[in-house]
Amino acid sequence: MVTLVVKRIGFMIFTMIVVSLILFLLLETKLTGDPATRVLGQFSSAEQRELWREQHGYNQPVALRYVKWLGNFATGELGESIRFKGPVADVMFPRLWNTAILGFVTFAIMIPISLTLGVLSGMKEGSMLDRTISVFGIITTSVPEFASAVMFSALFVFSLKWLPGTSSMSGGFEFKQLILPAMVLIVYDFGYVARMTRASMAEVMTSQYIRTAVLKGLPYRSVIVKHALRNALIAPFTVIMLQINWLLSGVIVVEFFFAYKGFGALILEASLNNDIALLEACAMVAVCVAVTTQTIADIGYTFLNPRIRFS
Amino acid sequence: MLITTSTTEMPTAGYGAAFLRALKSFALLRESWVGMVGTFLILFWILVAVFAPWLAPFDPNASIQPFAKPGMEAAKISGTFWLGTDHIGRDILSRVIWGSRTVLIYAPLATLCAYTVGILMGLAAGYRGGWVDDVLSRIADIILSFPVLVLYIIIIATIGASGINIIIAITFASSPGIMRIVRGLTLDLRNRDYVAAAQTRGESDWRVMIVEILPNARGPLIVDACLRLGYVIITIGVLGFLGLGLPPPDPDWGGMVNETRQMAMAFPHMTIFPCIAISSLILGFNLLADGLREISLRD
Repeated sequence: MVTLVVKRIGFMIFTMIVVSLILFLLLETKLTGDPATRVLGQFSSAEQRELWREQHGYNQPVALRYVKWLGNFATGELGESIRFKGPVADVMFPRLWNTAILGFVTFAIMIPISLTLGVLSGMKEGSMLDRTISVFGIITTSVPEFASAVMFSALFVFSLKWLPGTSSMSGGFEFKQLILPAMVLIVYDFGYVARMTRASMAEVMTSQYIRTAVLKGLPYRSVIVKHALRNALIAPFTVIMLQINWLLSGVIVVEFFFAYKGFGALILEASLNNDIALLEACAMVAVCVAVTTQTIADIGYTFLNPRIRFS
Repeated sequence: MLITTSTTEMPTAGYGAAFLRALKSFALLRESWVGMVGTFLILFWILVAVFAPWLAPFDPNASIQPFAKPGMEAAKISGTFWLGTDHIGRDILSRVIWGSRTVLIYAPLATLCAYTVGILMGLAAGYRGGWVDDVLSRIADIILSFPVLVLYIIIIATIGASGINIIIAITFASSPGIMRIVRGLTLDLRNRDYVAAAQTRGESDWRVMIVEILPNARGPLIVDACLRLGYVIITIGVLGFLGLGLPPPDPDWGGMVNETRQMAMAFPHMTIFPCIAISSLILGFNLLADGLREISLRD
């Protein structure tokens, strides 16, 4: 167990370093175009670019620059955002908090729904209910987030006039503005989690010990609740943790559409405006969150599953 | 899950037999109504894409009459805007029809590139093992640890938005996932007798991998390819929607939503029809994948 934790954390750190190297090579070197041109624009003169390079230390050797850059990152020195004219940290952390709120609301609603549906359809594989839930899940997963955002807006904002069409929270926090973004994320993703839960539940239901429990005359209800669920919910735990990685993609679309001031919209804004320092910081944070949740998922799965833990 | 042809079957059955086999698997598909609906949706859009010049009532890039509601008659020329026009007066029906060409060219092309790279990497990793496997698997782990859209945004931000760059980005981001599947299948298949036989005949490693192993791994790969095609269509749509997709003015569904989303509250018809189009095509691929999986599980 301890070796596994150490190994996983070691791999996590290794991944972060490789990712930082990739980001550095892509955005800070001339490998994919001059960074000076990227920041100052195509119509800047050669002298301007040279001056910018001199000011920002771009004339030093690449290896030295990378070590400095990584050192700055590790000590929390994230640089200045060109777009927002201020330190990157001041811009990024409030946005990250907003996205955390959106993500929390999404998960708090999605997980109970998808687990219930998954367990219900996995209980009797191939039943009418199972097929209905599975086809419904395929349909909702087939609608990209931006398309369901458009359709929900047309319905709830344009036709019914129930909900606000933007979620910029300009007049302070308002829960009503969170409903549509969260709904879009839930509808797109619950099908996948439900499907994984179903597969896990269906597998458990065919196992020997469930047959024994049924044959010794236990009520069906207690077979499901006391025996099946405990094993069937181990795999969905991993799936749910890995959904955080997906959520970081999903929020980009949703926040852009509803003008929600979150982390996803910030990444996009940084990228569209060539705000390199901000883009690097956002990408590192996104990968860090993703890798951390993957590590927790792996360790947690081992911890929850005694068959792996004690072998 | 695994569809493997039995080892006694003659591998050199000829094209006629292969064609008959393909027909037979299509006949099997008829037993799954989910798969049939999926096939119907895909065929519908393929036909629309092929016959776009005859089906589209107007030039998709011509600015005719702005802000027309669906079903409105054109004022200056004869014709009806069945789905209305957008803010610069282009007919939405014609753009949706021509947009099907864009998506049905780029999505299969990108998927094909991703599969070529993924299959070669997966075969090498699974068959060779050792350090080749270690290196390729670590690379895959690292690429897959990115939130996928963040990866696309970084790639497109550095190399720019164009058709070819979208294909490169999709290949880069999805081949590791394909590699993992192929690697798993190869690990399972490389111990079969026919592989040992080929090795004894003295055939080269790549020949063994591509001629002996790959055809026997096709079952799960076909199901995965269907799902992945749907996913690549979503990606192309999302990139278009975020303004990182194909450059205007040629119609692409995601881009159409991006251009008109500011007006979505007042004129929902501008955004909703491309959304329905892209969703129905993705649904087609997902349903087909589900139907194929159902059939492959049956026998």
